[in-house]
Amino acid sequence: MADLTRTCITGYGLPLKDNDVDTDRIIPARYLMTVVFDGLGDHVFEDDRRQLTHEGKCHPFDDPRFRKAKILVVNKNFGCGSSREHAPQAIMRWGIEAIIGESFAEIFFGNCLMIGIPCVTAKDTEIAALQELLEAKPDAEVCLNIEAQTILADRKYYTAGIPSGARSQFLEGTWDSTAELLEGATLVAAKAKSLSYFCGYIK
Amino acid sequence: MGKNLYSKVFDAHVVRTLPSGQYQILIGLHLIHEVTSPQAFEMIADRKLNVAFPGRTFATVDHIIPTSSQSRPFADHVAEEMMQHLERNARRYGIRFFSPDKGENGIVHVVGPERGLTQPGMTICCGDSHTSTHGAFGALAFGIGTSQIRDVLATQTLSMGRLKVRKIVINGQLNRAVGAKDVALYIINKLGVNGGVGYAYEFSGDVCASFNMEERMTLCNMSIEGGARCGYINPDQKTFDYLKGREFAPTGAAWDCAVRDWAAICSDSDATWDDVVAFNAKDIEPMVTWGINPGQSVNVNGKVPVAAGLPQEAAKAILDACSYMGLKENEAILGRKIDVAFIGSCTNGRLTDFAEAVACIQKHNLKVNKSVHALAVPGSVSVRDQLVERGWDKVLAAAGFDFREPGCSMCLAMNPDKLVGNQVCASTSNRNFKGRQGSPSGRTHLMSPVMVTLAAAHGCIVDARDF
Repeated sequence: MADLTRTCITGYGLPLKDNDVDTDRIIPARYLMTVVFDGLGDHVFEDDRRQLTHEGKCHPFDDPRFRKAKILVVNKNFGCGSSREHAPQAIMRWGIEAIIGESFAEIFFGNCLMIGIPCVTAKDTEIAALQELLEAKPDAEVCLNIEAQTILADRKYYTAGIPSGARSQFLEGTWDSTAELLEGATLVAAKAKSLSYFCGYIK
Repeated sequence: MGKNLYSKVFDAHVVRTLPSGQYQILIGLHLIHEVTSPQAFEMIADRKLNVAFPGRTFATVDHIIPTSSQSRPFADHVAEEMMQHLERNARRYGIRFFSPDKGENGIVHVVGPERGLTQPGMTICCGDSHTSTHGAFGALAFGIGTSQIRDVLATQTLSMGRLKVRKIVINGQLNRAVGAKDVALYIINKLGVNGGVGYAYEFSGDVCASFNMEERMTLCNMSIEGGARCGYINPDQKTFDYLKGREFAPTGAAWDCAVRDWAAICSDSDATWDDVVAFNAKDIEPMVTWGINPGQSVNVNGKVPVAAGLPQEAAKAILDACSYMGLKENEAILGRKIDVAFIGSCTNGRLTDFAEAVACIQKHNLKVNKSVHALAVPGSVSVRDQLVERGWDKVLAAAGFDFREPGCSMCLAMNPDKLVGNQVCASTSNRNFKGRQGSPSGRTHLMSPVMVTLAAAHGCIVDARDF
C-alpha cells in the first residue's frame, strides 16, 4: 500500500512567471478528448510552448535546466478557468509534486488536493525572490515542509501558507478521500431520508 | 439571528465533520457528462464500488457532440468512444441518460433546469465549472473535478469547507439594451476575476427580482468567472412558476410542501453576510470583453486601457492581451471587425436568449454580413423544438445564421465547431482565454445575444443602444 502522507517535498524548482494562468493553457481542450488521464503529461502547456518556440524563445517546461523539477513556482490566480481535473493531472504527470504560488483558483486547488499535489501560498515578494533564485540557480534544491509550513531554498527560509484542513489531509494521507467518505455511509443514508426532495419528489 | 441561504442549505446537508475539519456534504443532484466522467467511473470500478444513489444522478452529452449531424457513429472516433463510455456506464449503474438517441440531449446546465431537476434548497454538482448556473434557483451548485465525481458517485458526498458569502445588491432599473450578460461582465470587471475566491455570491436587489429565470441563470453562470465557487439568487414566485409542471417537479400535496420549503430557504431579513457590495443598475452599459480573461472588459463605447503609468503587473497584462488580440492600447472597441458570430452556450443558449436575437433581426430586417460566419446553437433539443415551433429557426436561417443541433459548440474546442487561425469571434459564451475557441491564435469577444446579433449583421461590434 503506497504511503499517501505528504510531509515534505524536496526537489528542483521550475519558475513559471505569469498571473491568471488558466486551465485552457495548462492543458488545451483538444486533450480532454480522452477517456483516460494517461499521456497528459506530454501535452502540458503545449500551445504556450509551441508559441514560444515559434518565436525563438524557450518555455520553462521546455527548458533543459528545469527538466527534473518537482516543484512549480507560480504567481497569482494560478489554474483559473475550468473545473477539469485534466489540468492538475497534466502537471502531475509531467513530474510536478507540489506547487508554490501567490494564489490559486479554488477549484484548481481542490483538484490538486484530490490527487495529492499540495498547493501552498507565499507572499508576492517571496515568490519573486524564489523565481529569481531558480532562474539564476536552477540546481538549487527546494524543500517544501508542509508540517512546518516553510520553504527552504539556497539556505534561505520562506513562509508557506496552506489552509489547516488541506494541511491535515496531506500530513495524514487522507487526501485520497473516498475511503473516509465511505465510512460515513450510515449517516449519509439518514441525512438523505431527512431531506424531503430525496424521498418525496423523485419520480 | 437570521441566516443567509448559503448557511441554511449548507447546514442542512452536513453529514458530519471530518477529522481534517472539513465537512462531509450530501449532494442532492449529481449531473454528469461525457468529458469528466469516464475516468471517475473507471476509478470506482477499480475500487469495486457501486454508485450510491443512481436515482439522483443524471447524464447528458454536450461538450463533444457535433452540432451538424448527431447521427451515430460520430465522425470523430474519440467523440464516439466517449459517448459509448457514457452509455455503458449509465446502463451499468442504472443512471438516466438524456441521450440524442431519445432526442433528450442538451447542454447539462440547460437540461437540468428545463427538466425541473434543479430545485431550490439543493446541493448540486457536476464536473463542469459553470455548474454555478443552477444557483439561479436558490441551490448551492458548484463545479467539481474527476476525483470528486468519483466520490459523489461512490458516496453521494464530498469533503468541503464552508465558503464565505458576499451579497451583491444591484438596485434600480437597467438601461435599454442592457441585460443579464452585461450585468455579469460588469460585476467581474468591478470585482476582478479572482475577487470571489473563497466566496459564494448572493445576487440580490431590484435587477435580480426583475430577471426571468433564464436571465438569472446567465448571471449565476458567470459567477465562476469572477472567482466565486458558486453564485445564487433567492427563489421567489418566478422560480416556483418556472418549475411547476416540469418532469421532475413535485405535484399535488408534494408540490404544496415543496413550495413552502423552498420559500423558507431564502436569506432571512436579519441574515448577515461576510461582505456586501452594491451597484447601481443605471451605471451598467452594454459590455464587451477586449482581452484574454473575462475581467478585461469595457462598455461598448469604451477603449482598450493604456499600460503607461500602471504598476508593472497590470501594465504587462494589458500589453500581453493587446498583443494576442491584435488591438492597440486606447483603441475603441466599437467598430472592431469580426469574422465569426456565435449565439449559444450554457450562458446564453436558452429560449429567451434567442428571443432577443430574433426580435432584433425582425425589427431591423437584419442579414448576416457576407464577411461573417454566424452560428445559432440551441442549448438543448427542447430549446431547439421551441424555436422551431415559433418558426424562429427559419428567421435565423433566413437572416444568414447557421442553425445547429444542440451542444456546447464553439464555446470550447472539443467538437468540430472551432475558430480557424486568428479569426475574431463575437460570442455569447463565457470565456475569452487564449485559444479557448479552438484555434491557438483565435480571438474571442464576450457579449450579450443582442450585441452578437448586431455584430453579425454589421461585420463589426456596434452599440445595441443605437438600434
